[in-house]
Amino acid sequence: MDLINDYRNSELILALAKQIKAEAATLSRPINIMEICGGHTHSIMKFALGELVEGVVNFIHGPGCPVCIMPVSRIDEACELASMQGVIFCTLADMLRVPGSHTSLLKLRGLGHDIRALYTPLDALKIARQNPDKNVIFFAIGFETTTPMSAVIIQKALDEGVKNLYFHINHVTVPAPLRAIMADKNVNIDGFLGPSHVSVIVGSNAYKELALEFKRPIAISGFEPVDVMASVLNLIRQHKRASFEVFNEYKRAVSAQGNVKAKELVAKYMRPCTFEWRGLGEIDDSGLCLKDEYVSIDARRVFALQKEQATKEAKACICGQILRGVSKPPECALFAKACTPNSPVGACMVSSEGACAAYYKYQRRGA
Amino acid sequence: MEALINSVIFEAFSEVGGEILKQANDSAILNLSSPLAFSTDSFVVSPLFFAGGDIGKIAACGTINDLAMVGARAKYLSCALILEEGLLLGTLKAVLASLASECAKAGVKVVCGDTKVLPRGKCDSMFINTSGVAEVLCEGVGVQSLKDGAKLLLSGDIGRHGAVVLSAREEFEISADLKSDCKSLLGVVMALIEAGVKPLCMRDATRGGLSAVLNELSRASGLGVVVREADIAISDEVLGICEIFGFEPFELANEGTFVLAVSPDDEQKALEVLRKFNPFAAYIGELSVRRSGVILQSRYGTQRFLEPPKGELLPRIC
Amino acid sequence: MCLSIPSKVIEIDENNYATVETLGVKRQVTLDLIAEPVSVGDYVLIHVGFAMEKIDTKIALESLELYRQIAEDMESGVIDEREGDMGLASLSDRLSTQKGE
Repeated sequence: MDLINDYRNSELILALAKQIKAEAATLSRPINIMEICGGHTHSIMKFALGELVEGVVNFIHGPGCPVCIMPVSRIDEACELASMQGVIFCTLADMLRVPGSHTSLLKLRGLGHDIRALYTPLDALKIARQNPDKNVIFFAIGFETTTPMSAVIIQKALDEGVKNLYFHINHVTVPAPLRAIMADKNVNIDGFLGPSHVSVIVGSNAYKELALEFKRPIAISGFEPVDVMASVLNLIRQHKRASFEVFNEYKRAVSAQGNVKAKELVAKYMRPCTFEWRGLGEIDDSGLCLKDEYVSIDARRVFALQKEQATKEAKACICGQILRGVSKPPECALFAKACTPNSPVGACMVSSEGACAAYYKYQRRGA
Repeated sequence: MEALINSVIFEAFSEVGGEILKQANDSAILNLSSPLAFSTDSFVVSPLFFAGGDIGKIAACGTINDLAMVGARAKYLSCALILEEGLLLGTLKAVLASLASECAKAGVKVVCGDTKVLPRGKCDSMFINTSGVAEVLCEGVGVQSLKDGAKLLLSGDIGRHGAVVLSAREEFEISADLKSDCKSLLGVVMALIEAGVKPLCMRDATRGGLSAVLNELSRASGLGVVVREADIAISDEVLGICEIFGFEPFELANEGTFVLAVSPDDEQKALEVLRKFNPFAAYIGELSVRRSGVILQSRYGTQRFLEPPKGELLPRIC
Repeated sequence: MCLSIPSKVIEIDENNYATVETLGVKRQVTLDLIAEPVSVGDYVLIHVGFAMEKIDTKIALESLELYRQIAEDMESGVIDEREGDMGLASLSDRLSTQKGE
């Protein structure tokens, strides 16, 4: 068995797509499925899966990319920290590209500030050890999948007595933005593709409550095309029967209770707090921050950040409605005018796979 | 400095420099009959030595290839070096030997050059610029000749150079049995022309990879490009590196792989020649007036746009 | 979110680091987040330098088998909904073992 290629098998994908179309034939309208996770959005785009089920399934791209949902205010904080003297600023990957209100991390790096894109948070610890005369700030991002890795680094830094490593925690959780989206009575989502690797950590039981609360089926799905197709098929079957259970398609990696060790580590160092989501606004208990006893390593508290005029999201941005499946990107007044992939306003334009960015691309090409 | 130039640089180019370089005049006098192709490129590679090549080999092949891409055979090369103070002499010698060896293989003479040494920290060990002059053997090769229905061929599997350089980056800490595709394309281009193939356009897929080249062809011609994913060869290791870091193999650099556009009549002949040099060469798609942008067709028939790369490759976490 | 790909464990050292391989690419990851024992030959999911969970290859095989069955039924021209919700009714019977239980 090949754990990668067998789940990308063309014949299986086509057969499942055919089955989906056949079973959806009796539906009065296409079913709207939100993929919560940016990884699924990526798979759906990369393998162009939407086209296989065109006319019967609309994929609505959810709020699940940790880079895209980062509000301007937090990027501004990152830029401020990264501009300080004697600082090595570390973050993960493509966070560097996202523009703040004045500048971006990539531009600051060009100006000579020591800003590093890490592949693994373990490197933040290594950099701190190698540069005892510098303040190393780790700008931690990511959903439940990446949070435990930050917790491990915090633990290691404390255990080893590393004194010059500080954390700016921007971890967020899946359920809160979903509740914010589902709170609108006009919401037009019939079912959810549950995240792959967030679920590896939180476990499939975590979704039971959400499915009941939303009265929508949830299929926890792997990232590969066969996984996505099988999960969509399940959601259609559930939709037709008006059931709303949690189907664990990704059983090969997701257990009922998740990774308990990882969850315990996170709970040891972090507590829930309010987080401002790009496009969705402030949501209580939707993010994580360091517990009070760890104030000495909390970059937000150690380095008094300038309280700038709070950079509020542009009012006209209708990202929230787009995420709810209520509006389409061209209905937004900012679309392709004040908001473009090069100067994005909302999360849907920040991500190259966001609904607005995708629309922009297709419209521009006249396709 | 004079000692460096005389004992190291002239010595390295003793075989390929010939009389013109030894004269050490302010300029090289070349005897050429028109038409000519002229190209320049600067090479900045970290690490200097990687699996399958080094900065010297790239500096020679890069310019020879750029010239070959317009159907021209490189004759003369310049070689300008910018060296960081403290660079080991052995390193410089090894790089120059490699550069000279590629020139010798391609029958190219190094006829002029320049050397600058910068204080430590002002340049990253060494940079090389090469410019080249070439005789055009086949006229009219270029984007202006692209037309609706032209067939696109790819000379080999993609992404190896980019993947090798990425895996050499210390922070990624990965190892793979993979070699850069770095090589001269002069031989294969000459073979195409000798076989009677009339290339419409050729472009080597260096920085930005296949994706950048296809987007350039589309933009320059105003035509759509449709290519089939299943026909584009990618090695397991390149795919592995892409899966791990979230890169697109189509965006990884190549240093000896090119896209060839030909008329439908030439497709079969061209493919036969390409296959003699690389078994992974393939017919991957065509230009179409009915489409716009670059469209990649999946193995099961769905389509997506292949976007031009966004600059620096940053690993994705999501 | 959360890029990850199955990788095979080929070596484990005394510091709880494992060498894993994905499509011929080898790298080192820490096993610090996995509570259950990991052995050479196991498949694990890797995220930003950490192994986050073992993959149950038996379940992976069973899922693929079920999807192949659906594909074959489709080929034979039967739109077979007897599989029920595929995972609620029949799949859950066929794949009754939850990973890790």
